[in-house]
Amino acid sequence: MYDIIVIGGGPAGMTAAIYARRAAKSVLVLEAVTCGGQILNTPDIENYPVEAHISGFDFSNKVYEQAKGLGAEFVFEKAVEIRDEAGVKTVVTAKNAYQAKAVILATGSENRKLGLEDEDRLTGKGVSYCATCDGNFYRRKVVAVVGGGNTALEDAQYLSDIAAKVYLIHRRDSFRGEETNAERLKARENVEIIYNANVTRLISEKRLKAIEVTDKLTGEVRTIELNGLFIAVGRVPENQNFANLVKLDASGYVEAGEDCHTNADGIFVAGDNRTKALRQLVTATADGAMAATEAVKYINAL
Amino acid sequence: MSIIEVTKANFESEVLKSEVPVLVDFNAGWCGPCRAMKPMLDELAASDPGYKIASVDIDEEDELAEEYEVSSIPCLVVFKGGAEAKRSVGLIPKDAIVELVEG
Repeated sequence: MYDIIVIGGGPAGMTAAIYARRAAKSVLVLEAVTCGGQILNTPDIENYPVEAHISGFDFSNKVYEQAKGLGAEFVFEKAVEIRDEAGVKTVVTAKNAYQAKAVILATGSENRKLGLEDEDRLTGKGVSYCATCDGNFYRRKVVAVVGGGNTALEDAQYLSDIAAKVYLIHRRDSFRGEETNAERLKARENVEIIYNANVTRLISEKRLKAIEVTDKLTGEVRTIELNGLFIAVGRVPENQNFANLVKLDASGYVEAGEDCHTNADGIFVAGDNRTKALRQLVTATADGAMAATEAVKYINAL
Repeated sequence: MSIIEVTKANFESEVLKSEVPVLVDFNAGWCGPCRAMKPMLDELAASDPGYKIASVDIDEEDELAEEYEVSSIPCLVVFKGGAEAKRSVGLIPKDAIVELVEG
């Protein structure tokens, strides 16, 4: 039996592993894909203290080596269920079951989809969720970004350097992203912002060819011919598998305060899947430290 | 065996005319998820899996990317007998890569 199982090998989970190992607890990190999580999509991190520029991949690798060097074990399997029997937590994956005294949920989040017909089929065929990954395929072409947060604003700006024309489609009449991002974008000549509108249909043959955009106020429908659609409408937390044990809020985030305690004894939460005001790399790693420290306290009091 | 770097010049001989299936990884150095997937592909290649694993740098080989309609990376395409058999877009776990090419 491990002292602590961390579910999720992103920055929050790996930082939790570092803190737990430094408190001399045995740690298993269960990661469904490969370490790093969402930050892998960030080509250049500019707001994490210590380094002015580092890629998300290099950052992840460094934290992984650090955690591994301290003795954390990593297994690449997806956790599908937690059972809590007499204080012993059993984490079940597709192939195995692992036991621990405490569990830290650091599962992060996944891309929110628009929920339109053919969206899955067209992913990689004109539909993308990662402008920095796929932007270069749209050199001198026409693209649209859907969304109104920082990611959408940054994606639109990034794409405006590459593509001939960028539409930004936002369902509200103002942006909730950072003011500087919005101002920079409005100054770009090849960017057209469409406010109060939703993308309501994907038009395709083999690839995406056009989108239908509906004005929320007038109901007017407009067809925009384009080559690529970048969807940046937020993230969905990945907590459904654990809803039997921990309380989620209406949006699916694990309810917990800054101390990272869930309502379940011995189960803690760290990172983007927790209810919190700011989801950034630095707050994810901070959560990892807090959750591990609280888990260590919990174990020491058993 | 290690991963074979494939270009337009040797795509036909290495991939299309290969006697064994070929898993082609369309990727780029600036793509974080591609770099994250690389160690998994290296491990698979080193295990002598009975198929080839090839890498195409889409920045250098934009004609190949266009020819095979790759517009989102990482993109894994399995070629069998000179034709595309399967395709997967996005970062996937090692098990899923194995399933893609062997399943």
